[in-house]
Amino acid sequence: MCGAPKQGGVLDGIDLSTQTVIQGSVWHDGAPVAGAYVRLLDSTDEFTAEVVTSPEGEFRFFAAPGPWKVRALAAVGKGERTLSAEVGLNETTVAID
Amino acid sequence: MSRNDVLVTVDWVQEHLGRPGIVLVEVDEDTTAYDGGHIEGAVKLDWKKDLQDPLRRDYLDKSAFEELLSSRGIGNDDSVVLYGGNNNWFAAYAYWYFKIYGHSDVKLMDGGRKKWELDGRPLSKDAVERPATQYVASEPDLSIRAFRDEVVAAIGSKNLVDVRSPDEFSGKILAPAHLPQEQSQRAGHVPTAINIPWSKAANEDGTFKSDEELAKLYAEQGYDESRPTIAYCRIGERSSHTWFVLRELLGRTDVKNYDGSWVEYGSLVGVPIEK
Repeated sequence: MCGAPKQGGVLDGIDLSTQTVIQGSVWHDGAPVAGAYVRLLDSTDEFTAEVVTSPEGEFRFFAAPGPWKVRALAAVGKGERTLSAEVGLNETTVAID
Repeated sequence: MSRNDVLVTVDWVQEHLGRPGIVLVEVDEDTTAYDGGHIEGAVKLDWKKDLQDPLRRDYLDKSAFEELLSSRGIGNDDSVVLYGGNNNWFAAYAYWYFKIYGHSDVKLMDGGRKKWELDGRPLSKDAVERPATQYVASEPDLSIRAFRDEVVAAIGSKNLVDVRSPDEFSGKILAPAHLPQEQSQRAGHVPTAINIPWSKAANEDGTFKSDEELAKLYAEQGYDESRPTIAYCRIGERSSHTWFVLRELLGRTDVKNYDGSWVEYGSLVGVPIEK
């Protein structure tokens, strides 16, 4: 339901011919950031979803084609990345300086 | 009713850890977060396994709710402080639920688990055992719960507040974007509903905005204070967050949460939908 499924890992069972998957990982100081809060914002900067990164720093969203912004918030700081998603797998990395 | 009657800060919680008469309850849909570390002494409630009827789509009936709270060691006189992940969505749902069954002293921890974690506050993996109680619930207070016929009848007359994201409101996506998008119900929203996403009421760290900011937000978005209100989302947890803002923080009267929400409405035969 609304609780986020386990983040990252294999894409088994996800139909990439219909789903627009945005996934990637959060990095800081050369290492992945576990437990970061990652938000997906729409083209008007409005909140669409938020997940917590896995122990490997991974996140995953199911969106729709179009422009999106991914913003990470963690105890070590903040970072963001914009991207244009298409149907299928869209991978990105968010760096926290 | 004021903010201090219904909200506590993370500082307050940390200062009152272990205090008799205060029961911390973590509410999540995915309780792996609790199992990996929770606030010391907090018991857990699983939104799906504990708070939903296992057969029908409904919340627990009175006797099942009494049994649940008794088994968790929560007494009628306890001060209950709820917190959770997802910016307190499920904790707000539990707050609404505790009010349905008449619990007198219940509060939310402002910012929930996110604020606690971002502050780097301590989490415990110790199992929490509380002695069982004999909890007695009141008959459900339906003045804060809306059903589907009431929602259809409210079109064009009451404030219908759709608190989902703009892309769910417009029908571009069917669920929050951390979930796969294959759903059976139709996309769109209830005609005449105004879209005020729950997230506009919260800061990035999950805490609620100030009363002044909140009052301004709803006024600007076309919320009519003179009319009764029904809030809805997809399954009724984000709308509990907004119900909490409108009724408990801003003191609006006649505010109901439609927990059937879009999963029910978008599946009804023959009802009007706008996109």
